[in-house]
Amino acid sequence: MNEKKILEPEGATPLANGTVNTPKKIVQLKNVAKSFDGEVVLDHINLDVHEKEFMTLLGPSGCGKSTTLRIIAGFVTPDTGDVMFEDVKINDVPAHKRHVNTVFQKYALFPHLNVYENIAFALRLNKVSEEEIYERVEEMLAMVNLKGFEKRDVNLLSGGQQQRVAIARALINKPKVLLLDEPLGALDLKLRKDMQNELKNMQRKTGITFIYVTHDQEEALSMSDTVVVMANGKIQQIGTPTDIYNEPENAFVADFIGESNIIDGIMLDDYRVRFSGHEFECLDKGFDKNEAVDVVVRPEDVDVVAPEKGMLTGEVTSVTFKGVHYEIIVNINNFKWMIQSTDYVSPNQTIGIYIEPDAIHIMKKSEFSNMFGDYSSFSDELDKLSDTTEEEE
Amino acid sequence: MNKKGTLLRQAAAYPHIVWSLLFIIAPLIFVAYYAFTDKEGNFTFDNISAMAEPSYLEVFLRSLCFAFLATVICLVIAYPVAYFISKTSPKMQKILIMLVTLPQWLNFLIRTYSWMALLEDTGIINSLLVSIGLDPIHMINTPFAVILGMVYNFLPYMIIPLHSVMAKIDVRLLEAASDLGCNQFQVMTRVVLPLSKSGIISGITMVFVPSISTFYISQKLGGGNFDLIGDTIERQFQTAYNYNLGAAMSFVLMILIIISMAVMNKYSDDDGGVIV
Repeated sequence: MNEKKILEPEGATPLANGTVNTPKKIVQLKNVAKSFDGEVVLDHINLDVHEKEFMTLLGPSGCGKSTTLRIIAGFVTPDTGDVMFEDVKINDVPAHKRHVNTVFQKYALFPHLNVYENIAFALRLNKVSEEEIYERVEEMLAMVNLKGFEKRDVNLLSGGQQQRVAIARALINKPKVLLLDEPLGALDLKLRKDMQNELKNMQRKTGITFIYVTHDQEEALSMSDTVVVMANGKIQQIGTPTDIYNEPENAFVADFIGESNIIDGIMLDDYRVRFSGHEFECLDKGFDKNEAVDVVVRPEDVDVVAPEKGMLTGEVTSVTFKGVHYEIIVNINNFKWMIQSTDYVSPNQTIGIYIEPDAIHIMKKSEFSNMFGDYSSFSDELDKLSDTTEEEE
Repeated sequence: MNKKGTLLRQAAAYPHIVWSLLFIIAPLIFVAYYAFTDKEGNFTFDNISAMAEPSYLEVFLRSLCFAFLATVICLVIAYPVAYFISKTSPKMQKILIMLVTLPQWLNFLIRTYSWMALLEDTGIINSLLVSIGLDPIHMINTPFAVILGMVYNFLPYMIIPLHSVMAKIDVRLLEAASDLGCNQFQVMTRVVLPLSKSGIISGITMVFVPSISTFYISQKLGGGNFDLIGDTIERQFQTAYNYNLGAAMSFVLMILIIISMAVMNKYSDDDGGVIV
């Protein structure tokens, strides 16, 4: 996991098969920009994808993640910038000549072909012998657990089965990179979890680089080696799932990944921050004296204590039982905090909160400051709605 | 749905049922009646067997041949046109389809007369050829002119069903095909063509049927040298007053069309969607 973070020198030579310490870059986007009808969709992004990596492009709809994928696939030509594949510029290489395959949103299976012929599609173009086609299709069917489905009509398969056919169809040509565009978006929750595991296993087994597009932060965190968080056509942060969660770069990332209380603060000195009218010890340094910052505190890192023992006190405005914990909204100096606690508190009760120094994360102010982090108008439903809207073309 | 609703819905079908009885079923019965009776009204097969005569057989064969050629030419022209239209923006598609049907706003006779003016030996095309120093080409009163007339008149009936099927093909399927290694040509042959099959079948039907029974085009553009079934039938009713023979010919033509459709249906297997 950690080797992904290490910045390797330009042009580092990969070690032949097996123990790769500095994985080779397989796909690179250099200063890529794209506008549709004058609207900027990608704003000069740079991205390196390494061999055998499971990379996820994560962001809300309209952030440019699908466009990024389509540029790599060859369906969209960037306005400026270079697309590199194994150190060769491929801007002008048409989609059918690229060594990448795509699993499409809603699968895009050929309705006039059965399961077997859908999977065999790519092989039929290359005059592969009938025996070899049979062998490889059967191998693929075994991999996606669809043995015995050869003659089935793809239009009559369930969503999960169509999904498997789409994966098998894309993998049969042994691409170097597999692009997946919200492949699990149309599946129900249970099936989605199963498919997440299967996809991850498939990726490990085949050693194929996966570039995965999703708006589901949980999916991104649980499957990826590297997560790329995108918003407004720009990359906000690239890192391992733990980095992204624990050390968000700005208010957007902190809000998009998990739940966060994001409070205005003043960095008094190294390791000392002031917010909500109280001074806190923290682990961050390197900011200017009295620099205005965004302070992130995760709901699960806040301890509920008796009012007299609390660093801050406030009145509980709502309590929701979530199974594993209670979700408590507390009004502290007119800022609504979200706290997750296994202990029950009752609404309108005054409680104290206690925050450990390592639970406080300090971020530079950004264009996203003051847009997120207050739970005064919090609604689960709205959150979900805005997260699951259709991806841009 | 309650009882009243059901009654209402049934009532809504009555005008159509009455219409069908009066103008479709009844005429068909009359045609069959005349086809199998003589002038005195006695049952006979004479009208049908009269068609075994070589001159009639020739007319049938020519009609089939011309209609077949016109259909094939329409398909070859219409397919790329329909595909091109389906690739434009939805607004553009509306405009282009309107342009395709635009000639149909003019009366059929006027359109055919216009072609006469164009194709005549001293017509517009030949005048142009002569004026640029080329030899005139004899076009009017040839099979070429008749088939051209058919293609011109029936082309929209091929383009429209093709376009409506092609417009529904998901762009992602075309992307998936090129993603899996298809070049432009293979995308056409392996995805677009099989997925537009139902449009091809209904297009063929909609061009072949009027082509094989047309009568005016051949008289005006063929100069009466290339009698088609339609012309022969018309003559039986208009000049020879032999209703029985005319009806018998119509009857045979109908059978011929039904057989053609059945053959088409066989090829269209599952999802043909043919209108007979």
